[in-house]
Amino acid sequence: MNTSLKRFIDLVVVFTDKEMKVKYKSSILGYVWSIAHPLALALVFFIAFKMIMRVQIEQYALFLICGLFPWQWFSNSVNMSPTVFLSNATIIKKVNFQRNVIPFVTVLQDMIHFLLSIIVILIFMYIYGRSPSLSWIYGIPLLVIIQFMITYGITLMISTINLFFRDMERLTVIFVTLMFYCTPIIYSESMIPEKYRIYVNLNPLAPLMISWRQLFLEGTFNWVSILVSLGYSVGFLLLGTFIYKKLSWKFGEIL
Amino acid sequence: MSKTAVAFDNVVKNYPLYHQITGGIKNFLLNIPKAIKNFKVMRYQALAGVSFEVQQGETFGIIGNNGAGKSTILSLIAGVILPNSGKVTVNGRVLPLLELGSGFHHELSGRDNIVLNGVLMGYSRTLITEKMEEIIAFSEIGEFIDQPIRAYSSGMLARLGFSVVAHLDPEILLIDEILAVGDLAFQKKCLNKIMGFKGKGVTIIFVSHNMDDVKMICDRVAWIDGHKVKMIGKPGEVINAYTSN
Repeated sequence: MNTSLKRFIDLVVVFTDKEMKVKYKSSILGYVWSIAHPLALALVFFIAFKMIMRVQIEQYALFLICGLFPWQWFSNSVNMSPTVFLSNATIIKKVNFQRNVIPFVTVLQDMIHFLLSIIVILIFMYIYGRSPSLSWIYGIPLLVIIQFMITYGITLMISTINLFFRDMERLTVIFVTLMFYCTPIIYSESMIPEKYRIYVNLNPLAPLMISWRQLFLEGTFNWVSILVSLGYSVGFLLLGTFIYKKLSWKFGEIL
Repeated sequence: MSKTAVAFDNVVKNYPLYHQITGGIKNFLLNIPKAIKNFKVMRYQALAGVSFEVQQGETFGIIGNNGAGKSTILSLIAGVILPNSGKVTVNGRVLPLLELGSGFHHELSGRDNIVLNGVLMGYSRTLITEKMEEIIAFSEIGEFIDQPIRAYSSGMLARLGFSVVAHLDPEILLIDEILAVGDLAFQKKCLNKIMGFKGKGVTIIFVSHNMDDVKMICDRVAWIDGHKVKMIGKPGEVINAYTSN
């Protein structure tokens, strides 16, 4: 096998192991915390939109988590991105290794949490008397790959730029929050007024989140959404990699 | 005929003073002309045309006052930064001896940190796992090895760091003022190990303020002063010139 690829894999394994150990070291509930946050958010939205504003969506709790869980993967990684290189400054300044392993592992870790949280979605489906579809077997891996690429691309881009413009951190938080409300997660795409609906696909995350929900709830795909998401993912992956390649040689002196 | 391990050919390195940029996008946008001008003008000269060659198997000392550019030279050899002009040639696998605690994670056990450190430096996980017991034995850390390293004393951290490097096989070893920590017995052990490396033909670049160590270990010494090479030669002569300066 190619040595730099082999090295990358070793780095990924060791870094992931490290992050997981550090994260769960002193927390009793461990993994439960990674589900607790999106569940708490779901509860808040459920109270606000179902109980108070009476949104006309059936099985709204299930509807919410089918979008919130994949969203949490995206938003956790992207919100972390400004600090990932900064918090590893000492090693970046001393050792010459493939630095993109750090954002890669951030995304990978949140991906693992997301995959584990699918169990919660299954529990909710059971409660609502639904059952998973066979199409999950290829649907989940497909969407995971698409989401991994777009999340990693954006994370790589922001983490790199933040070394040069440190206020990316503030902008990122605002950007992620805005994106959340612009993406059909707490509402369905059919609730968007007709004249604005054509703009939905301008949001790089919208077709992906719509696809996740469709897969979980109906076990089907809208291939147009899939293709559009794939296009965005490849685009952001290339953009992120390009920016990283252009600037990574400066990391050692700017940190 | 010995081969060159490290060669610096008229290397210039300056760092931009990044405060204008790290002041944030707002600062940058509000002062674009000034920012660009600053970017060009306000650069910190770390190396101003440095040339030297280190032969394979040689132990090369670098001495000089703080801020003279010694660490910049090591960073350039490690490939962490690139020169602005001139050429840095490195033939062989470089192993930096990390200073205290960098590359270590405080919440992880010593054992996990050994793996982390080794893999960072480019060795495979399998190799590190094979050498694990040897590394632990050399470090003399004992049962602390399974404790998180925030519980370690600075001496223990230094031992751990040195032990990892000592059991990998470097071709070019970078040592930056590492021997100052650790007790006398361990310092002696480190020196022995370094001598062992010398015997095996490892090229060593040794930065230190401890002239006794430099005199004992090095074959040749460069004195860096004012971002330039002031003198290169036999350890005794260069050290005399430096200390009488």
